[in-house]
Amino acid sequence: MSDAVIFRGVSKRYGQFAAVDVIDFTIAKGTLVTLLGPSGCGKTTTLRLVAGLEHASSGRIEIGGKDVTNLSAAERDVSMVFQSYALFPHMTVLENACYGLRASGIARGRAEAMAAEKLALVGLEGLERRLPSQLSGGQQQRVAVARAIVLEPKVLLFDEPLSNLDAKLRRHVREEIRGLQQQLGLTVVYVTHDQQEALAVSDRIIVMNAGRIAQDGTPRELYEAPRNRFVADFIGDANLLPATLRRTGATEAEVRIGTLSLTLPHRGVADGAVLVAVQPHSVRLGAAGEGLAGTVAKAAYLGSHREYEVALPGLAHELFVVAPVAQPLAAGEAVGVAFDPAGLAVVPEG
Amino acid sequence: MTRLWLLLGAVGLVLLPWYGLETPAASVLGLRAEAAPALFAGRWWLWPLVVPLGMAFAGWLVPAGVAGLAWMAGQGLVIGLRGWGISWLGLAGAAPAQAAMGWGAAAFALACLMWIAIGLARRGWCRGDVFVLGALLLITGLIALFVAWPVLSILSSAVRDNAGAFTPGALPDKLFNRAIWGLDCLGGGRGCGVAWNTLAQALVVGVLATLLGLAFALVAVRTQLPLKPLVRVLSLLPVITPPFVIGLALILLFGRVGVVTNFLANSFDIPRTRWIYGMPGITIAQLLAFTPIAFLVLLGVLEGVAPSLEEAASTLRAGRWQVFRTVTWPLIRPGLANAFLISFIESLADFANPLMIGGNFNVLSTDIFFAVVGAAHDQSRAAVLSIVLLVFTLTAFLAQRAWIGGRSYTTVTGKGDAGLSAPLPLGLKAACLGVVVPWLVLTVVVYGIILGGGFVKTFGRDYTPTLDYFLTAFSIDRGVGGWFLSGSGWRSFITTMQLAAIATPVTAFLGLLTAWLLSRQDFAGKWAFEFATMMSFAIPGTVVGISYILAFNVPPVELTGTGLIIIISFVFRNMPVGIRAGLANLAQIDRSLDEASMTLRAGTARTLRLVLVPILRPAIVTAMVYGFVRAVTTVSAVIFLVSGEYNLATVYIVGRADVGEYGVALVYSAVLIVTMAAVLVGISAMVGRQRIGRRGTLPAAELATT
Repeated sequence: MSDAVIFRGVSKRYGQFAAVDVIDFTIAKGTLVTLLGPSGCGKTTTLRLVAGLEHASSGRIEIGGKDVTNLSAAERDVSMVFQSYALFPHMTVLENACYGLRASGIARGRAEAMAAEKLALVGLEGLERRLPSQLSGGQQQRVAVARAIVLEPKVLLFDEPLSNLDAKLRRHVREEIRGLQQQLGLTVVYVTHDQQEALAVSDRIIVMNAGRIAQDGTPRELYEAPRNRFVADFIGDANLLPATLRRTGATEAEVRIGTLSLTLPHRGVADGAVLVAVQPHSVRLGAAGEGLAGTVAKAAYLGSHREYEVALPGLAHELFVVAPVAQPLAAGEAVGVAFDPAGLAVVPEG
Repeated sequence: MTRLWLLLGAVGLVLLPWYGLETPAASVLGLRAEAAPALFAGRWWLWPLVVPLGMAFAGWLVPAGVAGLAWMAGQGLVIGLRGWGISWLGLAGAAPAQAAMGWGAAAFALACLMWIAIGLARRGWCRGDVFVLGALLLITGLIALFVAWPVLSILSSAVRDNAGAFTPGALPDKLFNRAIWGLDCLGGGRGCGVAWNTLAQALVVGVLATLLGLAFALVAVRTQLPLKPLVRVLSLLPVITPPFVIGLALILLFGRVGVVTNFLANSFDIPRTRWIYGMPGITIAQLLAFTPIAFLVLLGVLEGVAPSLEEAASTLRAGRWQVFRTVTWPLIRPGLANAFLISFIESLADFANPLMIGGNFNVLSTDIFFAVVGAAHDQSRAAVLSIVLLVFTLTAFLAQRAWIGGRSYTTVTGKGDAGLSAPLPLGLKAACLGVVVPWLVLTVVVYGIILGGGFVKTFGRDYTPTLDYFLTAFSIDRGVGGWFLSGSGWRSFITTMQLAAIATPVTAFLGLLTAWLLSRQDFAGKWAFEFATMMSFAIPGTVVGISYILAFNVPPVELTGTGLIIIISFVFRNMPVGIRAGLANLAQIDRSLDEASMTLRAGTARTLRLVLVPILRPAIVTAMVYGFVRAVTTVSAVIFLVSGEYNLATVYIVGRADVGEYGVALVYSAVLIVTMAAVLVGISAMVGRQRIGRRGTLPAAELATT
């Protein structure tokens, strides 16, 4: 499998400020890769660097094995679905979908046939003569997707495509995008700040922070084995508890969290003070006296599960816990806190 | 693409007549000696232009373009119509002579610019976008030639005497002259210097226009009176009214034999005086003309004050006055300053009203005019006065941009604010109405005179209806060869419409292209580019007129007496209107539309043509209509530029009024106003319908949240 996109030491600077600070990654053909991070982390700039809407200050960008670093957007074999959809308001759905083909010099008749086929693929048959303003938000989004895939680009880019849809539609559309990508074997770069969305659609996720790559891996790797504090914090609302680590074997280490002693994989982290990322659903709340001593500070019922905040006086920390609905606990109750080792990961401090 | 521009360069040198601006065919077929292309007829000073052409064909595009332009400019300045053009170079020998550059030169210069654009694009400037670079260089070149070069000519004239000799030593004397800066009037002397007159006049008009505009805006926004539509109509009137007509109407009302004067003299024995001639008359005329502009500025500001802020204040126990004083007033203060500076600049630049009604009260713009057309014919003095006026307007313009430009507390977020504006304090409301109603009456009376005054025998004395004046100007007779336009006004009327119609699309094209460059492209020196384009807005028409005479009266670029120079002055006077309209509208179109087009393989020119221009079409039409109307009604710049062959409507009217033929002047003005109103209303109605039909309710661009 060859690589569709390669970034080698790419930076984008605005004056002194580096929006993207020397990043390297590759994206394999036929995969969906998500750029994930908080706003301002450089993920959208990275996407625009792929598109050619921004030009790199330094470094080299390859698409489909060709150096495109100095090519304009119109000269690159990519297309993009914009956050705002960017449908041309004065053109019909069909004219919008044809636009790229016509710009590439394809005759009107053939362009319209190709566009109609892709519009049917996204379920917009019969709406070809409408203006974008006469469509719902979800339909507009489909037009934007059809307009982009009609060119059969080497890489398809999505910039927060779900942010203008309501919550119910989001889940549906993201499954459609994933389905379409797998059906057509597209290479997709997808930008989002929503970690749920990223985990759900991606083959691989590149987590970005302050213009750099914080971690690059499969959704499972990121969730279960965050490489640093930022990733642990950003993915899955993990609790970060202070702990001390002492290696006891080739891969194992003894980790002490307050009065609790656990055996966990050390994952290459050196002896001394560390952090342990604790997934909220891997905390077991039992009778007081077992494990760490804690007190329920807040309790909330959310239908499918309960959420607690548990104060840990010994660690001067609060723990966010997701627990089954059965056996409700009330605020103020004293509890004993234990952990399911599968939901814990050692993370270097700082 | 590149080949096309290489070819154009070659055509400019070997095919088109290098000199003269008659149509190429006419001059070639006429086989006049000077119509020969550059390389023929033994003009050795043009032969070196072959070198850049060769360089361009060899692929050295940037050096070729620069060298070509430099040699053209250099030889054009050094060799004039009567020999050496620059005496201090001390060139000896028999001087060759050359006429003004023509079509061949224009083609070659354009080719040079495009060579530079292509060459720079190949080196990666502006992301390698030839279209952007080409547009940028073209507009820069035009502005350099038609804005910067004329202004420089003024400066150069100021340091010469009228014979053309270089006399920088005399400049301080001319610049700080008693006639300009004298303060005699303070000590009871004859009168102050013209600079003080101008400043005082502008200050008075600026303050009063702002207050009047505020009163109108308060009445329109904060009272129940159905004044808004009426006031909006009145605010359009100054755009379609030739500027001096108001002065004319005031003379008919308040002059020595005016209607009001007659009434007062006959009924109350109030002696007839000439009080209207001078500062009072100019002030009233300018207020009638500029208050609507201040009103429009303040209307927007007042409507932008979020009612919830005032409601918040009143729920915090503030009374009506307190709300107005502590919330509303501070919020609109930047808008007031803006309205003041705009009226101030308009008053500084106004030429027609002081000319018509100024009497012995001179201001800079009229003094400039009389320095050139009067018996004195003192170009050097006109240049010095122009510099003073230019410094005033530019300072005010810069103050307006720097100080107020982006500063505004009012916010239009697009979120609905369901609150109700606080009612006005009663005293304030009474004061506003007390000012607004009489002023509306005066406006209606003035426009009544303008529209009807030409259809009675002698306004003020004999009100017998008559069509005599109308027929004098616009009669159509049947003669030997069939119907012909025998009225004396037809010729200037048709010329005006033709020249304005030619200038309008050019104005809109250049204005919108500039707006697009400014809003969508990043390039080095962008602020300087923006400054230069908007600056032409701050140059008073009189200064433009005098500068065009000084710059384009002699080779290398000789345009005076042609229709072309009038068209060019229209274009560069009105281009900022197009730029502003374009900027405002482009700001509402999300950039992602351009980007979507780019990622769909469309180049820059295609994106502009297929995406932006169709969306901007209503704005383009509106800009064109305003450009057209402004061109038709302007007088200050063109009064210097008209010729026997190309006379314009406004200049013709001024001429009639000047010799006392008020009837013809009024009739002609009324015809112009009605025509322009028809153009405005007709086209606005068309554009309005189109917008509803095409753009529906909710364009995707407006959903954008980025």
